[in-house]
Amino acid sequence: MSDTHAIAANAAANPEKLQFWMTEDHHPENGTLLGFWLYLMSDCLIFATLFAVYGVLGRSYAGGPSGADLFELPLVAVNTAMLLLSSITYGFAVLEMQRNRKSQTLLWLAITGLFGAAFLGIELWEFSHLIHEGAGPGRSAFLSSFFTLVGTHGLHVTFGIIWLITLMVQVGKKGLIHENRRRLMCLSMFWHFLDVVWVGVFSFVYLMGVLK
Amino acid sequence: MTMPDLTKLLFGRLTWEAIPFHEPILLVTFCAVALGGAALLGFLTYKRAWGYLWNEWFTSIDHKKIGIMYMVLGIVMLLRGFSDAIMMRIQQAISFGDSVGYLPPHHYDQVFTAHGVIMIFFVAMPLVTGLMNFVVPLQIGARDVAFPFLNNFSFWMTTAGAALVMMSLFVGEFARTGWLAYPPLSGIAQSPDVGVDYYIWSLQIAGVGTTLSGINLIATIVKMRAPGMSLMKMPVFTWTALCTNVLIVAAFPVLTAVLVLLALDRYVGTNFFTTEFGGNAMMYVNLIWIWGHPEVYILVLPVFGVFSEVVSTFSQKRLFGYASMVYATVVITVLSYLVWLHHFFTMGSGASVNSFFGITTMIISIPTGAKIFNWLFTMYRGRITFDVPMLWTVGFMVTFVIGGMTGVMLAIPPADFVLHNSLFLIAHFHNVIIGGVLFGLMAGITYWFPKAFGYKLDPFWGKCSFWFWLIGFYFAFMPLYVLGFMGVTRRMSHFEDPSLQIWFEIAAFGAFLIAIGIACFLIQLVVSYRRREQLRDYTGDPWNGRTLEWSTSSPPPPYNFAFTPIIHDGDAWYQMKQRGHERRLEGYLPIHMPKNTWAGIVLSGISLVIGFALIWHMWPLAILAFVSLVVTAIVHTFNYKRDYYIPADEVAREEAARTELLAAHV
Repeated sequence: MSDTHAIAANAAANPEKLQFWMTEDHHPENGTLLGFWLYLMSDCLIFATLFAVYGVLGRSYAGGPSGADLFELPLVAVNTAMLLLSSITYGFAVLEMQRNRKSQTLLWLAITGLFGAAFLGIELWEFSHLIHEGAGPGRSAFLSSFFTLVGTHGLHVTFGIIWLITLMVQVGKKGLIHENRRRLMCLSMFWHFLDVVWVGVFSFVYLMGVLK
Repeated sequence: MTMPDLTKLLFGRLTWEAIPFHEPILLVTFCAVALGGAALLGFLTYKRAWGYLWNEWFTSIDHKKIGIMYMVLGIVMLLRGFSDAIMMRIQQAISFGDSVGYLPPHHYDQVFTAHGVIMIFFVAMPLVTGLMNFVVPLQIGARDVAFPFLNNFSFWMTTAGAALVMMSLFVGEFARTGWLAYPPLSGIAQSPDVGVDYYIWSLQIAGVGTTLSGINLIATIVKMRAPGMSLMKMPVFTWTALCTNVLIVAAFPVLTAVLVLLALDRYVGTNFFTTEFGGNAMMYVNLIWIWGHPEVYILVLPVFGVFSEVVSTFSQKRLFGYASMVYATVVITVLSYLVWLHHFFTMGSGASVNSFFGITTMIISIPTGAKIFNWLFTMYRGRITFDVPMLWTVGFMVTFVIGGMTGVMLAIPPADFVLHNSLFLIAHFHNVIIGGVLFGLMAGITYWFPKAFGYKLDPFWGKCSFWFWLIGFYFAFMPLYVLGFMGVTRRMSHFEDPSLQIWFEIAAFGAFLIAIGIACFLIQLVVSYRRREQLRDYTGDPWNGRTLEWSTSSPPPPYNFAFTPIIHDGDAWYQMKQRGHERRLEGYLPIHMPKNTWAGIVLSGISLVIGFALIWHMWPLAILAFVSLVVTAIVHTFNYKRDYYIPADEVAREEAARTELLAAHV
């Protein structure tokens, strides 16, 4: 930006001699992180819509079970812990990446992936348990919106894990080169974003759901 | 496993029954399309054009070529969408009393649904996106968009969506629900066949492309402007493109989400919008209009930008009230999220809610009115030349104001209770979409065509097209206002009251005038191509333009600008000309550019297969295609060599050729 100001000041002081073409190479700032933020915000709107739908339909039990009947908070607490820990371990991976230590980075990424997989496993177990009890997504509008909101989050975690594994292979092959660092930063944002969404799901769906 | 079981597993619901042999209209259409398609493919093969098309166009990540491909898609789909329109006009003009017309209701319902879907998603959207793609990087002095591969991918996803809609014509059927597919009609109980599934998956696939292209253009405009171009020095078209893309990124996810919910209702048996188990159909209507109203502004804002560029260029004046134009655009962007409920005042949300949304809707007319006055004041005391883009602009200003006024009428809730769902509404939104978006696109196409292809469009046929469109529009839609006042509702394929017939006949006459307008446009393309030597633009600046895209050659070189321009003024190129700038002719540097890629077209082809498989419940194929989509995407990420340098002496050769051309012709 500093050269922009210089140009403007120069233009005001010396109206005759304006420079219209750059003599050196122009390197616009890389837009990847901004673009990824924009993507995350658009994804956030999908979740916002699903939260809104849950807000409208979350008490339409249609004579079926309610959140208070179904949710087991201890299980959800363990699940939440898995995801929150995975965010911390991803943070460690990024710290190691900044220290340029490839194998430690990969180690923390692997731990992150395991926490993510544990989270998914528990969620899938919860889902199958609910469906087994006759509280599947078709039972009531409440359960439709519950399964969709939580399931969409789970789907995101699944793709996050696939992406994580892909990136681990790429870091393993190419090392912590510039492109891979950029990708690791994008996945980092994605992973933490999912964490934030989960905090919303945990509070809004589970905690408020068990309130009578 | 028996043979029928296996067939069912592999082909799902798809049987020979799905091919409409019994519908003569479709059969003839299919034969025409098949013959035309075969002729085109044969011609391309004969000309050995496949390698050229693949290398220079399909896999290209050049924003200019992608922009042009978007325009081609939009124009091709316009022909399809317009065929639907004229079929409806003929049916309504003849289907009175004892005559039932030629379209049975189940076919007529598909036609009006397809017309709406195609015109919005696969005509207006590609044309608007195409213009932004082509023009924005040139206007901000950039060499491409922020994410060139994503741009190619977005285009192909949009195309895959369009292809899916076209397939519904010959394999199965399209939705019979109207263009927004309200439940419970679009639910599985009322629409058990594939029509709504075609609708859902074509919009989802195209929606991915639209959202990504929105993200791409925002990042481009925010990060890649030439040095010196502060936000308030951006050309107005770039401003409107920025606002439009913000709207895209903030609105399309809602469409994605609501269509997912509808799909779940249909595929999984959830109860979001059903009438039982606690579902609520009005939630669908709310959500889809939370996307749908901003969508209207997504279409119209960029053409407001086109008109701003055209008015100032052809009045040879700086745009009047640049800052107010920018603020008006931003205000419209924000307000477009606060008005969605005016599409269903009759829902019964009560007087207070309706008043709120009625008032916010009326408020939008203030910034829009400010824009109209800005254009008028730009023309005032300007040296106006009535080239074809200017004709479209003046036609727009008159027509759009009428459409805006009927819009304010509809924004009054008590009046809306009377006019709701009537042909008055149909007349209103065609009034703003044709009179606004379409006229703007035609102005934009005519204005930037020489930049894209190096020669102007033939003005005679352009004027013919304009006058047939304009007069045809008034003939086609003014009768609908009258019919709306008489209480005629929309989406009817048959009428009993003979006193209405004359109005429908006038409307059909108007549609034929519009057909001639479209024909003139196509003739214009052919005639201009054949007369391209006379119409050639050697200067790169055929209209005495004011913004940066006119500073480079027509068509621009792949790298757009040999040297990145430095901006000191809003009308950057005009200032350069005023100050007697000189082209830099030496000191060329190698230019860093992205490489072509096959990934976009392949990924979109696989998405098309996924969509088709999901529509027909071909589960094994759907799973297979989905896995291959993920694998292909991953394989693509293993390619790290995505860019190359254009060597400095190649740039020097290209620029020297232009120098010679300028010396010979200017």
